[in-house]
Amino acid sequence: MADQELDASGLNCPLPILRAKKTLNTMASGQVLHIVATDPGSVKDFDAFAKQTGNELMESKEEGGKFHFLIKKS
Amino acid sequence: MEQKKLAIIATKGSLDWAYPPFILASTAAALGYEVQIFFTFYGLQLLKKQPELEVTPLGNPGMPMPMGMDKWFPVMGLALPGMQGLMTSMMKQKMKDKGVASIEELRELCQEAEVKFVACQMTVDLFDLDTADFIDGVEYAGAAAFFEFAGESDICLYV
Repeated sequence: MADQELDASGLNCPLPILRAKKTLNTMASGQVLHIVATDPGSVKDFDAFAKQTGNELMESKEEGGKFHFLIKKS
Repeated sequence: MEQKKLAIIATKGSLDWAYPPFILASTAAALGYEVQIFFTFYGLQLLKKQPELEVTPLGNPGMPMPMGMDKWFPVMGLALPGMQGLMTSMMKQKMKDKGVASIEELRELCQEAEVKFVACQMTVDLFDLDTADFIDGVEYAGAAAFFEFAGESDICLYV
């Protein structure tokens, strides 16, 4: 499903966003990045990141105590 | 859409206050902002290659103290020699445990994201600071140069 994986577990604000941005920079338009994070603040942050950068947040869910995000590069 | 701009003035040189400018600048850059930080007075400490930043519990009643230390050590106790060093290493350990980035790491992420660092030339002269101690990629300028960017900014913060 995802073209690239990013494990941001254990990282705190703003590192999950910064790592995600860095990884997206290496990806092609239309590709999907799967991010795993443990920072509860990342739920709102990835929503805001997607809205402001134009990348689509396809999915945001909590599973097994971790947060999962799917972002499609614009 | 025209690129948004964030201008920050960083004036403080302690470990805790080093965070807001670098966190906000790196995040804004990731969101597509053009960012500039103007470092002045004690904020210039944040530009040192080896920043020796400390945190002090003195004059800071909002600082949570571990093990109820604030009850056992009232203000006079917090002024004891070594207390600042102790609090600094405790804070650094806590940040590491909680996955909070170091100042050096955030600063590097800012530079990678092309955040512009401008150092106040007047303060450099005032405190006889050696610019050889500062990281590369810093520009030296004055208040007028700051306003050239800040005047066009969408967000302007004084930290």
